Amino acid sequence: MAIFLTENSKVIVQGMTGSEGSKHTRRMLKAGTNIVGGVNPRKAGTTVDFDGTELPVFASVGEAMEKTGADVTVIFVPPKFAKDAVFEAIDAGIGLAVVITEGIPVHDAAAFWAHACAAGNKTRIIGPNCPGVISPDKSNAGIIPADITGPGKIGLVSKSGTLTYQMMYELRDIGFSTCVGIGGDPIIGTTHIDALQAFQDDPETAGIVMIGEIGGDAEERAAAYISEHITKPVVGYVAGFTAPEGKTMGHAGAIVSGSAGTAQAKKEALEAAGVKVGKTPSETAELMREVIRSLG
Amino acid sequence: MDLYEYQAKDLFARHGVPVLPGTVVTTPEDASAAAEQLGGTVVVKAQVKTGGRGKAGGVKLAKTPDETRARASDILGLDIKGHTVRKVLVTPASDIAEEYYFSFLLDRANRNFLAMASVEGGMEIEEVAATKPEALAKIAIDPLAGVDLAKAREIVAAARFPAEVADQIAETIVKLWETFVREDATLVEINPLVRDPEDRVLALDGKVTLDDNADFRHADHAELVDIDAENPLEAAAKAKGLNYVKLDGQVGIIGNGAGLVMSTLDVVAYAGEEFGGVKPANFLDIGGGASAEVMANGLHVILGDEDVRSVFVNVFGGITACDQVATGIVQALRILGDEATKPLVVRLDGNNVDEGRRILAEANHPLVTMVDTMDGAARKAAELAAAN
Repeated sequence: MAIFLTENSKVIVQGMTGSEGSKHTRRMLKAGTNIVGGVNPRKAGTTVDFDGTELPVFASVGEAMEKTGADVTVIFVPPKFAKDAVFEAIDAGIGLAVVITEGIPVHDAAAFWAHACAAGNKTRIIGPNCPGVISPDKSNAGIIPADITGPGKIGLVSKSGTLTYQMMYELRDIGFSTCVGIGGDPIIGTTHIDALQAFQDDPETAGIVMIGEIGGDAEERAAAYISEHITKPVVGYVAGFTAPEGKTMGHAGAIVSGSAGTAQAKKEALEAAGVKVGKTPSETAELMREVIRSLG
Repeated sequence: MDLYEYQAKDLFARHGVPVLPGTVVTTPEDASAAAEQLGGTVVVKAQVKTGGRGKAGGVKLAKTPDETRARASDILGLDIKGHTVRKVLVTPASDIAEEYYFSFLLDRANRNFLAMASVEGGMEIEEVAATKPEALAKIAIDPLAGVDLAKAREIVAAARFPAEVADQIAETIVKLWETFVREDATLVEINPLVRDPEDRVLALDGKVTLDDNADFRHADHAELVDIDAENPLEAAAKAKGLNYVKLDGQVGIIGNGAGLVMSTLDVVAYAGEEFGGVKPANFLDIGGGASAEVMANGLHVILGDEDVRSVFVNVFGGITACDQVATGIVQALRILGDEATKPLVVRLDGNNVDEGRRILAEANHPLVTMVDTMDGAARKAAELAAAN
C-alpha cells in the first residue's frame, strides 16, 4: 500500500521546464513515476521530451488535473514564486503537493499553510525544503535517489535529506514501504506525527524509523503522540547534540534557542515514549534491524 | 539574522513605532559628542546581540558629556556572555511610569504567528512566563488576516493594558505588525514598552530577527550585516558561498546535507570521548554539488583554522556521485599543494561509491585515509586529531 504515494499516483511537476525541475523529472520518470505533465503558463500547449517520453505542459494545475487526472504535484519553482505555486495547487484542490524548493521565506510558508487550512486541508503539503517522498518501486515524487533501496516493510520519516538517504542505505537489506522527507524549515506541511499515523495505518509497514534534528519541539510532540496512538515499533535518531545555542545549522529551522530545541531534550522525550534512540545513524539502523528480526 | 538594538529601533522608526533618537558610536569621544548634541542625561547602552546587558554592566546613565565619555569607555570592550562590545548607543534618558512587554513571533508548533503582551515588562519574558503565566497574554495571529486596529484592540484588552494608553498601544501594535510583515521578521520584540509620566508610549528597547530566506526582496537588509563582528573564518566561508559554522574542537568536518553534517559532528564527538575529548571544529555543508572547486574552498577554510588537527570528509552520494566527490578531493589537494598539511579521513558511500574509492586509492595521496563506515571514519579522524 505505502503511504501518501502509490503506483496509482498521477504526478505533475510545477517548474518542470526549469533546470532543477527538468533534471529531476527525468530522474523521477526513470524511477517509474507516472508523470503526466508539467505546469508553466508561458509554455502551455507545448510538450517536453524526456528521453522519448513526451510530457504536455499545461497553463495551470487546475487544467493539468482536469486533463490528466493528476493527484500529486511536485513543486520546483524558485523561492520568489513558490508561494504562488503552492496557492495554485491548493486552489486546484490537488491531493498532495510536494514542495522541494529550498529558501522559501517563512512568511510565505505561513501564508500557504494558512491557505491550505482555510481550504479545508484537502491538499496535503510535504515540505518545503524537503527531498520529497518515495515508495520504492512504485513512485517517486521529489529528489530522493531511487536506486538506494528497494521496497520493504520499514517506514521512514525524516527532517533531513542526506540522513534520509543514509538511513535508506543502511537498511537496504530490509527495504522500505515509503520514505518521507518532511524538511527542516520552521514551518512545514506534513509533520512527523502525520507520517507516523499514516505508517500506523499502513498494513505494509511493520516498523518506523523517525529522524529528527535540533530546533522547535516537533520531536517532543511526536513522542507524546507515539505513546498515545502508535502501536508499531518506532526507532529514532536525533541529529545536533553538539550544535551550540544560537547558531543555525544549515536548515533554517535547525537552531537551539535557550533551553528549547536541544537534541538531548528530544532524545529524552522519545525514550520516555518507549522509542529506542540510536547514538549514530548506523546504531539506529541496527536497532531497527533487531526490531524487524524480533517481529519474525 | 539577529539585529542590534539600534538597528531594530531604526526599523521600528521607519514603520512608525515610537522610539527615542539615538546615536551609535564606537569611541568614548564620539559618545561624549553625541551626549553633547542630545543634551541632558543620557543612557549609554552596549550594542550586543544577547540579553542581560544591564546585569553585565552594559547599560549606564550619564549626566554630562564627560560622564558619558567615562561610561562609554567602561562599556566598550566589555565581554557580555562571550560578545565583545564594539558599539554603544547614546540615547536620552527617559522617565518611566510603567514598563510593558510586547512581541510578534513565529509559532512553529502552531504554524502561524503569535502576539505576546504583558503589563509586566522590563524583565526577561521567560521569567514572566514561568513565574506569572497569567500576566502574559498570548494571541494567535492568522498570517492571512494579519493585525488591523480591531485585532490590536483585542490584544490590548487581553493583556489588560491601562485605558489611558490603550489607544496608543493599539496603534503601536499595528505599526509593529507592519514592521514584522514588511521586513520579513521572525521576531519583533519591545521590552520594555514604556509609558512615561505624560502617558506617552515608547519602544525603549528592541529586538528583531530577520528571515535570511527573504533577503531576495530586501536588498537593504545587506547593510545590516555586521561583517566586523563575524568570526573571520565564517566570514571567509560566507564570501565563498559556503555554509560554515565555527566550533571549538579539533576535527575539521566537511559533509553534504545539513542533517548528515550535524550527525557527523555528533558521531565525531562520541568517538572523541575515547581520545581525550576531541571534538568537531566546525559545521560545513557543501550541499549537493561537491565540485572540486567547492571542495577546495571548503578545505581551504578548514585548514585555515589553527585549531584543526585532522579533517573528516563525510559524503553520502545521493544525487551527487561519489566519483565526482573523489575527483573533487584529489583536485582540491592539488590546488592547495603545500597548504594541505593535516590528515584527511574520507568516508564515501552511495551513488557510484566503488569508482569514488578507486579514484582516491589510485591518487594515493599521503594525507588521505579511506574508511568505509561513518562511525569507523569518525573514530579514525578523532584518533588522528589526538595524535597530531
